[in-house]
Amino acid sequence: MSLQTRPKPVVDNWNRPFWEACAEGRLVLQRCTETGKCFFPPAPVSPYTGRPDWEWIIASGKGELWSFVVFHQNYFPGMKDEIPYPVAMVKLDEGPYLLTNLEGMKADDAKIGMRLSVRFPGGPEGFALPQFGPEE
Amino acid sequence: MNGQDTLAAPTVSTPWSLRDKVAFAGIGTTRYGNFPETDSYGLGCEALNAALDDAGLRPSDIDGLIVNRIPSYERFAEMMGINPQYCLLTEAPGRFSGVSLALAMQAIATGAAKTVALVYGNNGRSVRMMYGGGDSQWSPWGMTSPGAIHAMMWRRHMHDFGTTHADLGPVSVAFRKHACLNPDAVMHGKPITLEDHAKARPICEPLKLLDYCLINDGAVAWILTSAERARDLRRPPVLVSGYSRQDRFSYGSAPADDYWYPTLSACRSVYDRAGFGRDDVQGLGIYDNFSPTVMFSLEGLGFCGQGESGDFVRDGTLELGTGRWPTNTSGGHLSDSYMQGWGIIAECVRQLRGDCEGRQIPDARAMQYICATHIAQSILFRRDDA
Repeated sequence: MSLQTRPKPVVDNWNRPFWEACAEGRLVLQRCTETGKCFFPPAPVSPYTGRPDWEWIIASGKGELWSFVVFHQNYFPGMKDEIPYPVAMVKLDEGPYLLTNLEGMKADDAKIGMRLSVRFPGGPEGFALPQFGPEE
Repeated sequence: MNGQDTLAAPTVSTPWSLRDKVAFAGIGTTRYGNFPETDSYGLGCEALNAALDDAGLRPSDIDGLIVNRIPSYERFAEMMGINPQYCLLTEAPGRFSGVSLALAMQAIATGAAKTVALVYGNNGRSVRMMYGGGDSQWSPWGMTSPGAIHAMMWRRHMHDFGTTHADLGPVSVAFRKHACLNPDAVMHGKPITLEDHAKARPICEPLKLLDYCLINDGAVAWILTSAERARDLRRPPVLVSGYSRQDRFSYGSAPADDYWYPTLSACRSVYDRAGFGRDDVQGLGIYDNFSPTVMFSLEGLGFCGQGESGDFVRDGTLELGTGRWPTNTSGGHLSDSYMQGWGIIAECVRQLRGDCEGRQIPDARAMQYICATHIAQSILFRRDDA
């Protein structure tokens, strides 16, 4: 099991600051300056106003497990050794969802609604992938 | 949910201006399977020829053409010798079967075209099309494939409403029973039990193999025209009585956290549009790329309360002969073939013409189609003489 062989993120002009922050161990989100609501994935405008009025904030890195699945089918050559692997849908305390993986716990121990927090144990070269485990 | 939380109220005029104005004049389907000797063009031509023969029309009678999963409308029109005044290629996802139908209706109603051929052709099996993998927003975390999205939603549904994976079993079993009544179905002659469903190989838990649709090569063609013109053609017209659609895209690129319930509920306006109600419908065609979609569709359109679909389907409700709501009588995507809604709509037409022999719904006068996706849709079809 290795995060180094994961598919690389597709970096664009909007999500570049997100990935740069991850590499420094910080989870950041865009926040709409008019409504105060956060959104993800990164975008040129706020989905709440359609306007380019937003700012980057450092997120709490905490949230709750909304749902999870366990992949038995392999779709990515670099993830073959991780099968079966879980993917968790985490509702961040700031509102947006992240699809991520469980770290430091087994899928068998996952319970919907449980508190989780972010960590950055590694990733493909040049990247750190946010992973979530029991709240610290 | 990301974005606004309120939906536009469905606009309903009484009567809906397109009610019963457009009809199916012909349908054609190919065999479904592994056909490396042809491709989506070859299959599309075969299906369209079958539909033309069904309607008693020639390519020169076609003045509108919509193709789907066929790479080029231009090349397809060139092959078939069709020079229309209305032509387009629609997007690949299965939600576009219903969208394409609506576009054809609008073209006919506005006079943009008189007779529209809609042709779906897919050779996904022989080219080993993979519905998953590749670069996407979530690929670094290994999240991919439509099946995983439905698995994520069903796990949450189980948490929210106390449903189970076993609740999906009667859906898969019902559609397989129907496939066993349909000599053309890919899974004809291969019955399954609830135990088979429960013990199938996990693909993306909580979903297992028998919750997934079947990828095959095949094609489906429909010919639509005005109800008046259809009455002069070879087969009894099947009318499109009502169509409702509500989109929602504000899910933050994650699986729908509302099971599409608000948008599907908005599609209940289809009954007002058609001028008849649920009690007047004899059978259903539900877009079943994965078994949970059937549950979301039944709940959203109000066949049962939200969260009650497990109880609702348990005693053969969706089965021919025993249930009030025979659904996907051809076998559907789960047990006939994943023709992305095109085949399911063709089956609704066949039911209303009484063409279904061993799987015929007795006295089928109206059928309802439901598609639960970010573009939620429902369509009501009826017999001209109903």
